[in-house]
Parts: sequence; C-alpha cells; structure tokens
Amino acid sequence: MTAVTTDVAGADTRRAGRWVYVSAVGLLCAWVLVPLYFLLINTLSSPETVNSFPKPFIPEFDLGSLTFFANFAGMLTALKNSILVAGLTMIMSIVIGAPAGYALSRFDFRGKELFRLLILLTRAFPLPLLALPLAVMFIQTGLDDTVFGLALVHTTLAIPFAVLITFALFSGIPLELEEAAWTLGCTRLTAFSKVVLPLILPGITASAIFAFVISWNEVFAAAVLTIENRTLTAFLLQNLDTSPLHLKFAGGFILVMPALIFIFAVRKYLFAMWGIASR
Amino acid sequence: MAQIEIKNVAKRFGSYQALHDINLTIQDQEFMVLLGASGCGKTTLLRIIAGLETATTGEVWIGGRRVDHLAPRDRGIAMVFQNYAVFPHLTVFENIGFGLRMQKLPNDEVKGRVERTAELMHIEQLLKRYSGELSGGQRQRVAVARALAMEPDVILMDEPLSNLDALLRMEMRAELKGVLAASTTTAIYVTHDQVEAMSMADRISVMHQGEIVQAASPIEVYRNPAAEFVAGFIGNPPMNFLPAAPAGDGKWSVAGQVMDGPSSGKPLKFAIRPEDMRPADTGLTATAKVVEPLGAHLLITCEVQGSMFRAVLDSDMSVKPGDQLTLAPQPDRMRWFDPDTTLAVA
Ligand SMILES: Nc1ncnc2c1ncn2[C@@H]1O[C@H](COP(=O)(O)OP(=O)(O)OP(=O)(O)O)[C@@H](O)[C@H]1O
Ligand SMILES: [Mg+2]
Repeated sequence: MTAVTTDVAGADTRRAGRWVYVSAVGLLCAWVLVPLYFLLINTLSSPETVNSFPKPFIPEFDLGSLTFFANFAGMLTALKNSILVAGLTMIMSIVIGAPAGYALSRFDFRGKELFRLLILLTRAFPLPLLALPLAVMFIQTGLDDTVFGLALVHTTLAIPFAVLITFALFSGIPLELEEAAWTLGCTRLTAFSKVVLPLILPGITASAIFAFVISWNEVFAAAVLTIENRTLTAFLLQNLDTSPLHLKFAGGFILVMPALIFIFAVRKYLFAMWGIASR
Repeated sequence: MAQIEIKNVAKRFGSYQALHDINLTIQDQEFMVLLGASGCGKTTLLRIIAGLETATTGEVWIGGRRVDHLAPRDRGIAMVFQNYAVFPHLTVFENIGFGLRMQKLPNDEVKGRVERTAELMHIEQLLKRYSGELSGGQRQRVAVARALAMEPDVILMDEPLSNLDALLRMEMRAELKGVLAASTTTAIYVTHDQVEAMSMADRISVMHQGEIVQAASPIEVYRNPAAEFVAGFIGNPPMNFLPAAPAGDGKWSVAGQVMDGPSSGKPLKFAIRPEDMRPADTGLTATAKVVEPLGAHLLITCEVQGSMFRAVLDSDMSVKPGDQLTLAPQPDRMRWFDPDTTLAVA
C-alpha cells in the first residue's frame, strides 16, 4: 500500500522534474534564439518595415536592408578588412601559440611557471592604456592603418588563450601514446602526425576559431589604430550615430553570423572525435 | 635470434639511483619474468630495453647488436605499456593493426592478423569500438593484442594482466604463454604477482631497489632463494626467519634447538618455509596465536621465542589459539642467511 503511494509520489516528482527541465531548456534556447531571430527579421526586411512599428514576426525576405548595407560607402571594404584581420590573427596565434603550448606541456625548463604567469599577465593591461603608445609606435614603424598591424595587436590579445588552450590539449595527451607509436614503428614525426595531431585537431580548431572571433569582435584597437582600413566593428562604431536603424541591424547580423556559423560548423569536430558523441 | 644482453646498466633520475649496475642475459625465445615490489625499477629497465629511456651508463644488446643508440622502432621490439596507451582516436581494430599498417602490410594480411590476435585476447567482438568505450581490462587486452600482432623478436610486457579479474587472468595467462611458446619471440614480462611469475616464467629475475637479486628458474627461486629478500618476498606466506647461534662443528642453536647447518663461525639466520614443517615430538616450540583454515591447509601464525612464525599444516589437525606446538623442520629444506650480507650461506 505504502509502496504504491510512494510510487505515485515518485512519478509526480519525476514529472515535476521533467517539467522544470523542459522549461529550463526552453528558456535558455529562447534567451539565445529570440534576439537572433529579431536580428534576422529586421535584417531580412525592407528599410521601411524596420523603421516602422509594430514589427512583423515573420521576415519579409526583402533584401533591401542588406543591399543598402552592401552599397553603403566603405562597408564592403570594412567587411573584407575584418575577414583579413581575423584570418591573420587566427593563423598567427596558432602558429605562435601551439608550439608554445607544446613546449609548456612537454619540456621542463627554468622559468616555466613564470612564463605561464607572464602569458596571463598580457591580459592584465587594459587595451585603452596601451592604445596610445601603440598608435605612436605603429605610426613610427609604418604599421598604422594596416591590416597586418591590427592583426598583430589582435594576435597578442588571442595568444594567451591559444597558448593556454593548446597547453591543456597537449598535456591531455599522455606522452605514453607517442611512445607507444614509436615502439610500433613510428618516427617522432609520424607519431606526431598519426597520434598527436588527430587528437589535438579539434582543440586546435576550437582555439583557432576562438582567435578569429576575438579579432572579429574587437573594436577598441581597431578604432584607434585604423583610419582608412577600418574593420567592420570599427566602421559600424564610427557610423553609429549617423547610420539608420536598418543599417545597424544588417551590420549586427553580418557581425554575428560568422561566429555562429563557424562554431556550428565545427561542433561535431569539437565533440565527436573519440566517441564521446556516441554515448 | 633475439638474445638480450644487459651489461652494467645503471640509471639515475637526478640524484635518485633507480637502477644499479644491472647485468642480465635473456636467452633467445626465453620467457623472463621481472618480479619485484612497486618502485623497484622494473618499468625503468623495460623502458631502457625499449629505447624509451636512455641508461646513464651501460649497454643493451639485442640479437647480437648493440642497440643503445637506436630508436625504439629499429630495435625489433613491441611493448605493452603499464597504462595501456591505447590510442583514443582509433578503433580497437585500428589500434591492433597500427604497427602492421606502419609496416605497410596489405589490407587482408592486417585484417587476418588483427582478427587472430583479437580472438586470442577475447576481444573480437569489440573491434569497432573506441578506447573510451572499453573497460580497463578490455583496454589492457587491446594493448597486449597490439603488441602480439606485431610478431616481434622481443616483446616487453609491463604488467599486462594486472587489471583483469582472477578467472580471466588465469585464462589469459595460459593463452599468452601458449602463443609465445609457439612463436620465436623472446619475452620479458613484468609483474608483481608471484603466482603469475611462478606459473609463466622460464626464469624469474627478482628485483629489489634497483638491483637484480636473483635470476633463476621459478622452482630454484622458491627453493633456494639467493638472498634474504627473495626468501621473504617469494611465497605466500613467505619464509620464516629465526636467529641462529653457532654451537660449533656445523651445529646451530635455533630457538633452543640444536640443528645441523653450514660450518660458519658467526651468527646466521635460519630460514624455513611454512609448509616445510611437521608436528613432531622434538623440534621448535611454538605457541599458536591465530589459526586460519584455508580449506586444504591450516595457516597457523604462532610465536617462537618472541619471533613471529608461520606454519602451514594439514587441515585435519585440530589447533586452537594458545596451543603449544612442536614443529620439526624438514632437514633438506632448511636455509641459512648471513645477516650482514643478507646472502644465502650453503
Ligand atoms: N621519470 C622519472 N623521474 C624520476 N624518477 C623516476 C622516473 N621514473 C621512475 N622514477 C623512479 O624510479 C623508481 C623506479 O620506477 P619504476 O617505474 O621503474 O618502478 P616499477 O618497478 O615499475 O614500479 P611499479 O611496480 O609500481 O610499476 C621509482 O622510485 C620511481 O619513483
Ligand atoms: Mg612499473
């Protein structure tokens, strides 16, 4: 008799738990998706609709705003600059950061702890503090207002993450795996390419994307260090008060999309490599 | 032909001396077991033979070739790692076939060998899985299969069965021994399980604090331990020790009893295995403290003149704690050790 009651109570609790679970998931999804959806609607509506009220809940699939965005003087150049800077940042921070991460995890050297601390300390100085001297130095060296110069600054912002992420990645791969490969007929190089590389590739991809997104979203250095070759963020910021609402929406949409697409594209890569996804 | 010679090998880690002057020859196709307590340097020695660690001094020869300067892949060895080292990004099949693929063997040959070794290790139904989806014991068997599939001249196994349950372990033990006996492989097998060592080895090398104390056949190691450490390490329960005072003319006084022994003038240690004693009218006087029936036998922990002493007697004896026993050691099983050098005295 009691057993039956507890069972009913148990079922009730479970149902309640399930309800809480489902609504929490729903809420979180809404938290992320609703703003994105509004962004999408407004981007895909004609400028008139964007500026009117109330707004529709279904996009008109009118490319007016986007066309306006594309035709806005300097906008496409800014977009191109953003892609270039972010791409360069991604490459440089991995090329420099991954070997540093490998060295930190596999070799013992003096000052290793200090080195790790210093890497983190690069993030301790606020960018505004550095921007002025940087600008002066860049002007002296001719790096000001260039894609490469800005990419350099963004690389310094992204490198601590690249180093620490790859350090964690390499540390997570036991040396014994490499050793096993050596005893099975691999050279150091083939062991690296057949064992270490496949294991860290998802992580490297993730930290590369992270570097890309850091650069893509960065606005302060971009605004200070460039004049002609503005990136999208700096360009939008510059025109913030003068540009119409539909331009802002289109710009925002174009800014948000790459990060979303990138992370969506590699999501499987991030989880599925060693059978975690199949659980 | 893959005889392994280890000549004067020593290894230091910083100021810690992990191996002292090891000299050992393992015959072609021999099954050598390295037996010793945790931390005595078994893995280190194995890694030096494999080429994963460089010896501080000394030489390693495999098949008449000095291999110190060679990379692991050029030594004709395969190794089973203590922590398995199964590649997480490959399936069990690709793990076992990894070395064969490196040798660029044709696909059907790889498939055949992988399936054969997998079957041997009872993991043929797991070939499609990833290591993250295996239990510890299954992973360990993948590691063994991966090394076996190489059909190497020398196989180095670091506690390859440590994670299996008793039954499976016994089965794998027999399988492994069978395969290796049928092949021409020379095997070095690390374990700290004496039963495993006894049952598998052609010869056992007992290691202690970075030294090889004795290298001999299992029965020799058991019957004639070369040093006190071996006597106290091998056997469950191990040998009993009692102080022996010289009574002149090859006679020794042990716990008030006079026994025949070696002719030496200084005090020795008398040693006897627990199962090598019989209740008798004259012998060592022991007071039983704990009586543990083990089915076939009775394990009696007793006291002889203040020293702990164990005896294994037939289980039809009725002994209670507190009983006085008179135990007669079998004369041909008595052993003597020099307390200064800890070595056996004949
Ligand atoms: N890379 C290293 N650096 C410093 N000390 C080490 C290193 N590798 C091993 N040692 C030390 O050398 C000794 C022997 O280690 P080893 O791994 O060979 O022991 P083992 O006999 O295999 O023990 P176990 O049965 O626990 O595996 C240990 O005291 C260990 O602490
Ligand atoms: Mg070990």
